[in-house]
Amino acid sequence: MMRLLKDKIASKVMMLLTAIFVLVAVFIGYGLYMRSRPLLAKRSLWELITSEGWKPFKGEFGFFPFIMGTVWITVLSILIAMPLCLLTSIYLSEYSHKSIRQIARPLIDLLAGIPSVIYGIWGVIIVVPLIEKFIIPYSTEFSTGYNVLAGGIVLAIMIFPLIINIVTDVFNTIPQELRDASLSLGATKWETVKHVILKKALPGIIAATVLAISRAFGETIAVLMVCGNIPETPKSLLSPAYPLPALIANNFGEMLSIPLYDSALLFAALLLFLIIFIFNAVSKLILMNIERKTT
Amino acid sequence: MINRNLEESIFKILMKGASILIVGSLFLIVITILVKGLSAFNLDMLTKIPNGGFYIGKEGGVLNAIVGSLLIAGGASVIALIVSIPIVLFINLYINNKSALGNTIRLGYDILFGIPSIIYGAFGFTIMVYFGLKTSLLGGIITVALLVIPIMVCTMDEIIKTVPGELHEAAFSLGTTRLETSRLVLRQIYPGLITAVLLSFARGIGDAASVLFTAGYSDNIPFALDQPAATLPLAIFFQLGSPVQEVQDRAYAAALILTIVVLLISIIARISSKIFSKNIV
Repeated sequence: MMRLLKDKIASKVMMLLTAIFVLVAVFIGYGLYMRSRPLLAKRSLWELITSEGWKPFKGEFGFFPFIMGTVWITVLSILIAMPLCLLTSIYLSEYSHKSIRQIARPLIDLLAGIPSVIYGIWGVIIVVPLIEKFIIPYSTEFSTGYNVLAGGIVLAIMIFPLIINIVTDVFNTIPQELRDASLSLGATKWETVKHVILKKALPGIIAATVLAISRAFGETIAVLMVCGNIPETPKSLLSPAYPLPALIANNFGEMLSIPLYDSALLFAALLLFLIIFIFNAVSKLILMNIERKTT
Repeated sequence: MINRNLEESIFKILMKGASILIVGSLFLIVITILVKGLSAFNLDMLTKIPNGGFYIGKEGGVLNAIVGSLLIAGGASVIALIVSIPIVLFINLYINNKSALGNTIRLGYDILFGIPSIIYGAFGFTIMVYFGLKTSLLGGIITVALLVIPIMVCTMDEIIKTVPGELHEAAFSLGTTRLETSRLVLRQIYPGLITAVLLSFARGIGDAASVLFTAGYSDNIPFALDQPAATLPLAIFFQLGSPVQEVQDRAYAAALILTIVVLLISIIARISSKIFSKNIV
């Protein structure tokens, strides 16, 4: 009887733990919402996300420049990373020799673990000076090397491993018979990839893109170190940008004396949280669906 | 016919080019840090705390940050392990593995996995303000633990799935309770647990945004949970922002230390999972 009782108790404790920690997401959302309420009571949501002025001392909180900063850098990083990662994933899973594959995957996994502050340092040492030397002199716009382009490049490199991992996994779920059928009909390897593999893997590729976007949205330190941090809406690739995570990281913790300021920063965190939550959920649902179909 | 083959070879070249570019750029990062860091590195970095005048280029090291980071990442990993094991066992043994409930819980942890560390940092800070806690070692440990729990749950969940279902069934059929079977399963996934802990540790030690508002920063080694603690990523970040060349150089050296620690842990994690898994049924 003792044994059964123990089992019952353990079961309840485990259920409780599971529930509490899965609800952390809800707590976070709720906590951030409660703290942004003072701001939301004074300004409408629409006004907050579309107005441009950022003067916390005067009580002006326009998030548009920060949202656009995030969007510019994220879109650029995806545009750089996606084609390169697709080509690499196709190469690794369809063309390369098995031995290359066995080295490449763990290597990429390993490099994925490098902390973001290291990527940031690398951006400051290499990417920013390169932009200053080779691109800025040919542009009519006044600018430094700390801009959208630098942020996009560093971020693109950071999301390489994530995208490659998901996409090669998706390619691996495609049955070998489909390839064989296509090849036996006389298609070249590339034609097989183009017409069979890519078509089959499309949902997975979309999921990978969405996940990469949400990763890029939330990346803080590395981007903050290279993107300039000037609260203006970026006009070109060479404009400085000030993404939402950088705004929070730079100002949070020291702003408690200005009214509504911390409410504004936690509202930025709430925005970020909601966007990432939705993007993550969508991509995971797609991936779960693929997995279910193949098993 | 020529066109098809031409397309084939053009894309082959593009693919090889992209692969080289990606692997090359990731390597370039490690090499840059090695070169820059080694030229600025000396033993003082590892053995001394910042002396007076450290931030204008005088003597000292980052021992305070190394110890702080180890304590925070270590403490967080231990807490996360204690919390994660029951969660993973619950999903896999107590409720039907493939049921809707199980999948919903998994989705929840997958989403938590994707929440960026800055959000955990901001949330952790709000909680600390609510409870009247100051930035401290404890605050850092709790925030980083929240950050690595989803990582641990997802990693262990993957590992526990590799245990053959017959094992549970055999155990159940002999009349064991689920709790007793858990012990059996845990022994099976023991190497995986080590991997999960090491990977979480590596993630925790490298993360800057979560400890930015919660752990504080101090030039001294923390000796109690309520003292502020420096961390390596923040030491790098702050020193890089200095206008003094010597201080910047030390940021490179600190970056070298952090990179080597993280890479070593990740490599050990992968090797250990290979070595230990030889002893499994």
